[in-house]
Amino acid sequence: MAMKERLTKADEAKPWYGELPVESLYTAGIAGEKFFRSIQEKGVFLGSKCHKCNMVYVPPKIYCEQDFEKLEDYVEVADCGSLESFTCVHIGLDGKRLLEPMIVGLINLDGASTSIVHMLGETTVEELCMGMRVCAVFKPKNKREGAITDILYFKPTKQ
Amino acid sequence: MGNRVAIVGAGMTKFVRRAQETGKELCYEAAKMALDSCDMNLDQIDAVALGTAPDTFDGVHMKGEYLSDGAGAFGKPYMRSYVGGGTGVFSVAQGWYHIASGLMDTCLVICEEKMSSYRPHPQGAFLTIFDHTTERPLKPNLLWIFALEMNRYMSTYGLRKEDIALVAVKNKNNALDHPCAQIAKAVTVKDILNSEVLAWPVQRLDVSPVSDGAVALILTNETIARRVTNKPVWIEGVGWSLETSYWTNRDLCYPRYVEEAARMAYKMAGVTCPRQQIHVAEPYDPFDYKELHHMEGLMLCGKGEAPQMTVDGITQRDGELPVCPSGGLLGVGNPIAAAGLMKVAELFWQLRGEAGKRQIARKPKRGVAQAWGDLMQVGTVVVVGI
Amino acid sequence: MPKKLKSKTQKARRTRQETKPQSLTPNLQFMGTGLSSDDLKKGKVCTTYWIGDTKYAWDRGIAIGKYLEGMKHGKILGVECHKCGRKMVPPRIFCEWCFKPIDNWIELFDTGTVNTFSLCYVTWDMQRVKNPIIPAVIEIDGASKGMGIMHLLGEIDPKKVHIGMKVKAVWKSEKEREGAITDIKYWKPVK
Ligand SMILES: [Zn+2]
Ligand SMILES: [Zn+2]
Repeated sequence: MAMKERLTKADEAKPWYGELPVESLYTAGIAGEKFFRSIQEKGVFLGSKCHKCNMVYVPPKIYCEQDFEKLEDYVEVADCGSLESFTCVHIGLDGKRLLEPMIVGLINLDGASTSIVHMLGETTVEELCMGMRVCAVFKPKNKREGAITDILYFKPTKQ
Repeated sequence: MGNRVAIVGAGMTKFVRRAQETGKELCYEAAKMALDSCDMNLDQIDAVALGTAPDTFDGVHMKGEYLSDGAGAFGKPYMRSYVGGGTGVFSVAQGWYHIASGLMDTCLVICEEKMSSYRPHPQGAFLTIFDHTTERPLKPNLLWIFALEMNRYMSTYGLRKEDIALVAVKNKNNALDHPCAQIAKAVTVKDILNSEVLAWPVQRLDVSPVSDGAVALILTNETIARRVTNKPVWIEGVGWSLETSYWTNRDLCYPRYVEEAARMAYKMAGVTCPRQQIHVAEPYDPFDYKELHHMEGLMLCGKGEAPQMTVDGITQRDGELPVCPSGGLLGVGNPIAAAGLMKVAELFWQLRGEAGKRQIARKPKRGVAQAWGDLMQVGTVVVVGI
Repeated sequence: MPKKLKSKTQKARRTRQETKPQSLTPNLQFMGTGLSSDDLKKGKVCTTYWIGDTKYAWDRGIAIGKYLEGMKHGKILGVECHKCGRKMVPPRIFCEWCFKPIDNWIELFDTGTVNTFSLCYVTWDMQRVKNPIIPAVIEIDGASKGMGIMHLLGEIDPKKVHIGMKVKAVWKSEKEREGAITDIKYWKPVK
């Protein structure tokens, strides 16, 4: 029997439609708990510092991925940093064009060895450039819930 | 059969219904404990072998990549293996061939599962094991497959639920002595027979719980093993085998795939009479009847004889052939891949005489661990000895 | 009738065995923080909820496509391999034993024997149902021994279901049939 290259009858093509029920509840974890609570309660970013290699992980980890040290020293880092990279997104998850394009940036907070990804706001792509200063804009304290969305976006600082 | 491979360290987290730790954090705790247990550090690890079951549980696609930093894989040769429930024991085989081949001197083997992420119940993650066109339209759930197999097993040998329930009684009681156990509770046959009927003949207490947890082992070649410990536990044999995925075409009464995997591992280990040469066994026990099924597949007794052995107390911790002295999945918990690796960790501790309150009376020299999975069709076996 | 297994020792019937610690356990400290469902409900820890959008169109394939076409006409089709002599169902385009293309399509009967069954009281998300769903593996008449498919039993008192029972497919009406496994509503006992 040779491989069938095309279907000869239209109804042979009928696929079977279905869905997978996929719902997840993720815990923030031990380090994540500290990170999000600090944002929620104080509007302060925490990192964890490895005293062996001096890495400061933001978001924090309970271990250093390079040397496997247990990290217990949580340090405050700034809520401003430099823009390492950015992009403007025009297509949504459903493949359709977004009404409002979204600007996404990679931000290296002052004092952190690693970058985080978040939205950029109060700006346009034309205004942005690599290495520019951006600062976090938080939700009002009573609206924060201990999640990454407690930060509305980062915005360029006027110089 | 390649270079000799030893297990020199082991670590695990507690098995819990819901862990606050992320999957990465669970991996780290288990891996760090394993490294510390043999005074090794990450620099001395050449490669990392990760085992973890469906991505759907954790709700993270490409779980291998996601867990890599917590698994100590930073900048190392790293690969995830996955054969469903058989993953935990298979990952040891994967670690073994890294070293037996001479390619690596050391390997960190780590297994993780965080089933609690899945909502509303982790069973949903199993739906796609059924064929999407010929089975899923019938709205099956995972329990069906076990209930169908258990019923076939019971009716072929004319077994009563009372006798099968003894496995759950034994394992859940054994787990009282395991510091990581999720279900530390003494139960009786009556409790099991009175528990809620889920899919007859399967009742609530015939089943292992869903769990979060991680387990890690350190594998090394002989030279390094001699240097880091005076009590290496040798991997004497590994085996794995797969049956047809047309599960409704199969003999549901006997796990031929386990027998094939066991034959491969026994041959490598020079085991010709398992019943005499194996001193402790950790067969896979997600359901009580599965332990019996797998004892038969591992040829620790004849077909249909495992229930009588259980009734006679031979499989108790102080019996002639202790089976699941850890407490098994039924007692310690069932974070799929991690549960399989926990069985090998248990043998490691038992053979070194470090199992504490769980230590079996006769000093065991050789043990077998086995896991099973995919669509009830994969058998994975590891034989270890001192 | 299942037999009662007699114990030589009574060892296994004990509820709790006392064993003395035989060894010095190294002082092991196990990590892991358990949460209760209440902890989550009350927001004791930070969590993120996510609902995936996972819609699929699975191709039925060559063999299953033809199998389901048969269903539409009220027929159960199988395939045959001349090398090993097996008559297989569900059909496939190759024999996985001989690893060669199958030789023949054959029409099987819509009767069979219950190989095993369960009485299921819960749904996939662990909701209880009052009347049990009765899934079964049914060995199809006309196929080789042991060749079964999974389906449901109906029109029967759950207490009376037994292994080895002869059953017959109950089809949807010709109009309702769409070329799906559910064209068979369920299987009922043969009088
Ligand atoms: Zn470091
Ligand atoms: Zn053939």
